[in-house]
Amino acid sequence: MAPLLEIKDLHAEISGGRKIIDGMNLTINPGEVHAIMGPNGAGKSTLSYVLSGKPGYEITGGEVIFRGVNLLELSPDERAAQGLFLCFQYPLEIPGVSNMAFLHTAVNSQRRKRGETELTSPELVRKVRELGQTLGINAEMLKRPVNVGFSGGEKKRNETLQMMLLEPYLCVLDEADSGLDIDALKVVSNGVNALRSPERSMLVITHYQRLLDYIVPDVVHVFAAGRIVHTGGKELALELEATGYAQYQNEAA
Amino acid sequence: MAAVQDTVEQVRSIDVDQYKYGFETLIESEKAPKGLSEEVIRYISAKKEEPEWMLQWRLDAYARWLTMQEPEWARVDYPTIDYQDLYYYSQPKQFKAPKSLDEVDPEILKTYAKLGIPLREQEILAGVEIPEGERPRIAVDAVFDSVSVATTFKEELKAAGVIFMPISEALREHPDLVKQYLGSVVPPTDNYFATLNQAVFSDGSFVYIPPGVRCPMELSTYFRINEKNTGQFERTLIIADKGSYVSYLEGCTAPMRDENQLHAAVVELVVLDDAEIKYSTVQNWYPGDAEGKGGIYNFVTKRGDCRGKNSKISWTQVETGSAITWKYPSCVLRGEGSSGEFYSIAISNGRQQVDSGTKMIHLGKNTTSRIISKGISAGRSNNTYRGLVSAHRKAAGARNFTNCDSLLIGDNCGAHTVPYIEAKNPTAQFEHEATTSKISEDMLFYCMQRGLTQEDAVALVVNGFVRDVLQQLPMEFAVEAQKLISISLEGSVG
Repeated sequence: MAPLLEIKDLHAEISGGRKIIDGMNLTINPGEVHAIMGPNGAGKSTLSYVLSGKPGYEITGGEVIFRGVNLLELSPDERAAQGLFLCFQYPLEIPGVSNMAFLHTAVNSQRRKRGETELTSPELVRKVRELGQTLGINAEMLKRPVNVGFSGGEKKRNETLQMMLLEPYLCVLDEADSGLDIDALKVVSNGVNALRSPERSMLVITHYQRLLDYIVPDVVHVFAAGRIVHTGGKELALELEATGYAQYQNEAA
Repeated sequence: MAAVQDTVEQVRSIDVDQYKYGFETLIESEKAPKGLSEEVIRYISAKKEEPEWMLQWRLDAYARWLTMQEPEWARVDYPTIDYQDLYYYSQPKQFKAPKSLDEVDPEILKTYAKLGIPLREQEILAGVEIPEGERPRIAVDAVFDSVSVATTFKEELKAAGVIFMPISEALREHPDLVKQYLGSVVPPTDNYFATLNQAVFSDGSFVYIPPGVRCPMELSTYFRINEKNTGQFERTLIIADKGSYVSYLEGCTAPMRDENQLHAAVVELVVLDDAEIKYSTVQNWYPGDAEGKGGIYNFVTKRGDCRGKNSKISWTQVETGSAITWKYPSCVLRGEGSSGEFYSIAISNGRQQVDSGTKMIHLGKNTTSRIISKGISAGRSNNTYRGLVSAHRKAAGARNFTNCDSLLIGDNCGAHTVPYIEAKNPTAQFEHEATTSKISEDMLFYCMQRGLTQEDAVALVVNGFVRDVLQQLPMEFAVEAQKLISISLEGSVG
């Protein structure tokens, strides 16, 4: 079976700035859930930006193959249509654009790029309402401008809704639990878990072990100084909780 | 790779040469001699078979204009206009007022077809039957160069007592009405361009809504400038008599030109007791090429007089075209309890220069006004909001709310807000809010991560930014305006 995502000897830096990713390797097979843990400032978020093509970063070496194509050659919207979804740590607010209209535009932009027929408004509305119900997102929240005035929990539920609707192959969750209380965390995790399937993989980037109680990973990586320095099973997360990252930071240095 | 950097680059290299409505219709036309003189004015007046008082009115304006100075206070920069190097009148040759659409020159109808925008209007112009109730009916008074070519729905409007016709025709059929109101809102002394208009105006629309009548349909007019080197000088006069209501739509596109074309229109609105006029404009004239060459000079005077008690005027404008826009649709709030509104979207790209805003002049007691202005600057353009809110000393209880938001796309454009606020009555309450922001790269990335192209992301963000104003437009017009916003940004991104 071909891997879903292959990162080979990746080097990246902030444009005109310091090096953040320094010789990283990672392979994710379809259906696997990988967690990336590491200390603050290790470059975990940068990894998610580099994968999704955020401007402001420069790839200085290596390659990323996603579903058989060279991911780094695609624009951010093409990567999205290819099935890469980034669940933002801090989702952006878009004033004046209703949540429903945004979802409609996003879904059909992707479908158009893939040569699929576009969803009609009634089809989309039905689907969104169904998914919304499982996440406690009501009609009022769908009418409001995207993320404007949403609480931290509402924003994360909204991200999860987008993810469920767009049905990506790879979900990259960047600190998905930040700003969440336990109840909201459960709702979001349930949404994410409902998406787990043999074809779909997850890359869960987190600082704390807490999230991994809810989204249980198959593989846990320790990320320090721009690369993966240690890999283990889900029990590694618990170990890290007890011992901290200090030993790995030394290892990386 | 830096996607947003690309956006900026593309905005810089905006290819406005792709202006979608730049084509020329080959119709023989009849012109007045080049230049401006008493003879030319007499020629125009004679062509129009105008009464003597009208000719005199024009000549008075011309004499005054000769003593006036072109205003220089606006934040716009353009080469000196040679007023003797322009044609002041042109009309399609062999023109006889058409009795029906069959008589309209097929070339002209083709022009409308090519325009693509006035879809429903074009259907109407082409005489296509539209099933009852399927879409709102809109009466069109189409202005092709200087002459109204076709007027539709005349009969039905007539039944309601509404007068909607070219102003030249109104001069013949309703001379008293025209004489009573023409120039009563924008006087001959008003400003350089308005006075020029008064001297040479060729045609325009005249609307009169009788007391208590709610105009049974929206009135619409499309202006185009077609003849090479022709200044176009429309004059529009709308009167809403006591207790009446009318919604008037004005849309504009023009073919591409090398020379700059001067456009100095005057619009006068008169609203009597308890009446209301809603005036909506979508302006999409040729903005000039990437270097700023060509493009329309749009120096427009639009003013409404809320003459009666509890009268109301609402201006809504979507301005995306023209090389230079100099335009301040205003309200004189004379009647007690009258109210004025100004909703504006002004988009500038390439090397466009916009200096636009409004004046809300509170003269009567308990008058209210509301200003919502959204300026979007891209490319190397400059976009200025200039507005005046004033309360006369007798304007007790005057209220105003102003909100001016500016959005910048890229690093080479400018957004400016110049509000003038004068309150001479201690009970007046004026509020002013203003923001300036740059289109957020993070916001664009967020949209793109969800699958939107860069271009769609910009359009989405911008449409969100202008939503408050779009909502003020009549439904069908709003859809067109939204498309137009995307089109004008299409040139800027990708």
